[in-house]
Formats: sequence, C-alpha cells, structure tokens
Amino acid sequence: MLVAVVASIALLVTEHQNSQLGGVRTTLSIFVDPLKYLVSLPNTVLDHLSDSVVTYQALKTENDRLREEQLVHQTRMLKFAALEKENIRLRALLENSFKLGEQVLVAELLSVNMAPYEHIVVVNKGTRFGVHPQQPVLDANGVVGQVFRALPFTSEIMLITDPNHAIPVQVNRNGLLTIAVGSGQLNRLILPFLPSNAEIRPGDLLITSGLGGTFPQGYPVAVVDEFTAQPNKAFATITATPKASLDRNRELMIVWSKSVPVPLIAKPESEEGTPDAVK
Amino acid sequence: MPLNNTIGFFRILLTLILAMCLRIVPLSDDLALLNPDWVLLVLIYWSLYLPDRVGIFHAWIFGLFTDVLLGRMLGQYALAYSIIIFVCLKFHKRLRQFPLLQQGLFIFFCLLLSQLLLFFIKNLQHPAQLHASFWLPVFTGTLIWPFVYGVLSFVSLFRRIK
Repeated sequence: MLVAVVASIALLVTEHQNSQLGGVRTTLSIFVDPLKYLVSLPNTVLDHLSDSVVTYQALKTENDRLREEQLVHQTRMLKFAALEKENIRLRALLENSFKLGEQVLVAELLSVNMAPYEHIVVVNKGTRFGVHPQQPVLDANGVVGQVFRALPFTSEIMLITDPNHAIPVQVNRNGLLTIAVGSGQLNRLILPFLPSNAEIRPGDLLITSGLGGTFPQGYPVAVVDEFTAQPNKAFATITATPKASLDRNRELMIVWSKSVPVPLIAKPESEEGTPDAVK
Repeated sequence: MPLNNTIGFFRILLTLILAMCLRIVPLSDDLALLNPDWVLLVLIYWSLYLPDRVGIFHAWIFGLFTDVLLGRMLGQYALAYSIIIFVCLKFHKRLRQFPLLQQGLFIFFCLLLSQLLLFFIKNLQHPAQLHASFWLPVFTGTLIWPFVYGVLSFVSLFRRIK
C-alpha cells in the first residue's frame, strides 16, 4: 500500500516538474493503444460499409463533382503560384527571409472519448509516422488544434476550443494582433484581450499570426460573430466561431512546417535570423 | 489447480480490459459526462470477492494504464485506485456480508473518494474550476454497481474462479 502510494506520488511529482516520463508512457501506451483502435472499430467498420455500399450513379456524380472542383482548384493554384513568386520577390526586396512550404500527413480520427471536460481527440498516427508534440493540425477549412502528446501508434490532439488552449491570431482585414482562447464549447472561441475601441467587427476573419512559432502564418482560424463593448471594463467581450468543423471531421492534416526559413536570394554574407523567422 | 488459476486470471484480465474499453467508448457529450469509472468498479468487485487474486499491485498497474489511456498525468489514477483497493481489501470480509443497498453506499463513498483525490491532484497542477457535473460519475457509478455486481458474479460463478 505504502509502496504504491509513494510510487504514484513520485510519478506525479516527476511528471509535474518535467516530463521525463515519456519513455514510461510510451511503453505503457503500447499495451493500451490497441484498446483505442478496438473501441473505435465499430465506427470504422460502419464508415467502410457506407463507403462501399453506394450506387454507381452516386459514385459517378461525386466523381464528376470532384473533377470539377479539382479543375477549379488547379486554376486557382496557378494564380497562387504566381502570387507566391511575386511575394518571394517582394520579400527579397525587403531583405526578408521566406518560409518554404509545408508538408502534411492525413490522420484519421479514432472515435474514443477521453475526458469530458477537455477537447482532446485521438488520431491514428503517432511517432512512428514522425508526429511530434506541438505540431499544428488543420482541416480543409481551418486550424483544428495542435498535437498535444505523441505516442507510438496514436497521438492526442488538443482542439483550439479547449479551455487550456490559446492561439495567436490576427484580423485578416487590418492585421490587428490578438490571442484567441478556447471556451470549452466546440463552436466558440473567446478573444479576451482586446479593448472596447478595437478595430474589429462581426464577420471579420481571424487568421493565424505565426507569432509563438507553433502555427504557421496565414491559416484561417475563426470568424468573429459577436462584439460587445463594455464601457465599464478594460476589455471587450468578443466571441468567434471556428472555421474548421471541429465536431464533424474524421480526417485531419498534421503539418510539418519547415522550421528553418530559407533566404531566397542567395546572399553569401547574410546570416541574419529575422525575428519573425525564428521558429 | 494451476490451470484453473490461469483461466481465472484471464477472466479477470478480460473484464478489466472490457472496463477500460467502456471507459473510452464514444458517447454523446451529455452521456460522456455520466460515464462512470468502470475500471474502478470492476477492481472493487474483484478485490472484495477474490482478495487473494486482485491486490493493490494490480490496482496500481491498472491505474497507470488508465492514466495512459485517458492521457492524464502518470500516477493520479494509480494513486486513487491503490488507496481505494486498500480500503476494500481491509474491509472485504465485512463488506461481502452487506446487503446490496449497504454495499452501494460503500461504493458511493469509494467513488467519491477517488473523484476527490483526482480533483485534488488536478487542483495541485493548476487551480481548476469544475462543473458540478464533475461529480455525476459518482452517482451513475453507484447506480450501475448492481449491474456490475450481477455481471461479474455471473462471470466468476460461470466456471468457479478460486
């Protein structure tokens, strides 16, 4: 009894001070992770079934639609490529370094329920695929969250709406910087640090500002949906709705951003690390 | 009877694994708040009725597994489980004689104690504010105890674990 209590308290204390116990957790997780797969098996099977039982007609229409979409996106990408080049040139004129593109990995959600008060989800890719903590996670519409803990076969992802999560954002319209904090509700973010006279209004798109280094710059996060100035308080109450469909997605993208920015113009003597380029 | 022993061991292990699965089973948000601590209930049952088979060590190990499973700090479930199983082992002779209602009361206090310990540890990490629904699993756990009791006594009588 005493041994068990002392051992658990020792574990708690060591983990609280610094997480040196990654090894222990990893080893234990090898036994436990199969359970997560087992529990989410019925859902996976159902998904596969609903995927495989479709009519030819439905497949055909979907295929047509996807091809059309692909065409539209490709054309847009052409323009985007030109814009990117231009951006690089302009940045070179400003003697600024440019962050190269990102690499993504598609991970599938495991339907398990971990803790009811925290917005943490589990996906089926782990350190064996090179996932590491604090990687940003996106979906097709916007930022979903960040990798909170990577285990060999699974990893835990903290959503941006978790009450313990904060993400540095920027108003797309005018570049106003602030921080969006999770509210604990899946459809709501809070912007607690803006004064009542801030230049922000409902409908504004919030994008990642790239400050803090975890999230790459420029991905859509949320749309402001309510702005209430409170004359008697220092800060206004502002809420925003996340762009990503946090409760519906089954596929997420884990992003590797190139942590070392590459100066585009080859300058033999230039070695300056611009402050915004530091990962 | 070594053969019987191994069979019994696997049966206990299986029930515990099942309990861990039930712990993380996907539910709607409201139901997830009610999901009781299945692992603890199963551990309590086995420690009351097979005290020489399930001890504090098992409780501690499965507490650690639960920590990893739920992504908690390592050791908090281990601590709670081993303390409660210690109490159960201490009083198992008396508790076995109790009628179900009285047993239920004891289970209620066990679950409450475990939740209190978890709350205490959570609070040590960073002062947390919690919903009142944090305590709901204690009540659902107590209500579900007769069911756990019934199923597990069926399991253990099915081919007598001794």
